Amino acid sequence: MTDPQSEARSAVVRQGLSVAVATGLYGVSFGALSVTSGLSVWQTCVLSLLLFSGGSQFALVGVLGGGGTAGAAVAASSLLGVRNALYGLQLTPVMRPRGWRRMPVAHLTIDESTAVAVAQSSNPLRRLGFWVTGIGVYLGWNLTTLLGALAGNSLGDPQRFGLDAAAAAAFVGLLWPRLTGREPVAIAVVGALVTTVLVPVIPQGLPVIAAAAVGSLVAWCWPQRRTQEAA
Amino acid sequence: MTFWIAVLAASAVAFATKFAGYVVPPAALEAPRVKRVTGMLPVALLASLVVLQTFSTGRDLVLDARAAGLAVAVVALACRAPFIVVVVLAAGTAAGLRALGWG
Repeated sequence: MTDPQSEARSAVVRQGLSVAVATGLYGVSFGALSVTSGLSVWQTCVLSLLLFSGGSQFALVGVLGGGGTAGAAVAASSLLGVRNALYGLQLTPVMRPRGWRRMPVAHLTIDESTAVAVAQSSNPLRRLGFWVTGIGVYLGWNLTTLLGALAGNSLGDPQRFGLDAAAAAAFVGLLWPRLTGREPVAIAVVGALVTTVLVPVIPQGLPVIAAAAVGSLVAWCWPQRRTQEAA
Repeated sequence: MTFWIAVLAASAVAFATKFAGYVVPPAALEAPRVKRVTGMLPVALLASLVVLQTFSTGRDLVLDARAAGLAVAVVALACRAPFIVVVVLAAGTAAGLRALGWG
């Protein structure tokens, strides 16, 4: 009864499904925040169906809800999604998608599916991890987005329930696991400072873009200085 | 209408970005510095969004119940609380303070 191969496969499936359940939980917060930011239930659901990248979705509704222009919202959301291209790069030798199969593989390429896939020990297990997590998160995220949107719609005044503070907490919750060393902490501080200084002086939505630009500059310069120190 | 344009444009860009990872020659994205910048981009953006969502009302910076919510969220994260708990605690804090007439 101890077939190591099928045991390994079911371990991957369990891992993928538990990630899907955990992600589904914050789909509820996304759905509620999106409608209280002024998007309709339809727009909220289309975001989860078509955009399908949590951080980018939170950024889009955050900037729109804060009064930023559509252009600024799309720019913030798109910059936050740039990392997904790196995931595709990592997953190309694993998934080797060809023709039309590149469409679903690309669409499901997000933090969670990549993390589960690359954590496995062989390519068949990595592919299994990718599909189980990707499809599981997709279904859970879209279902809970709808539930959250409907709940948010019936709440009425978002401030009375502290949903604006919930949005701030959502962003800090997404940021927290990335603060794993001196460099990300420094870049987070720079991003926060640039935003604080620029909010009163430049149009809404642009401080996020400026923070991204300055943060990128710091990241661009960082390793160079370190290697010189080491040398 | 503006919101629909933003929703559809952001969705199109997001898909194009994901797709690019599978078709762009690896050399273009694999340079260490490019990797570092793309890896750090979310950090700068999220930090900026935290500030905006906590302290801004359009063009003004204010200190209100949202800041208390954020402080509670940070404590919850430091205690390794799950995402949904962090969000609910922050919302509850701000809602409670407002019910008491502050912020």
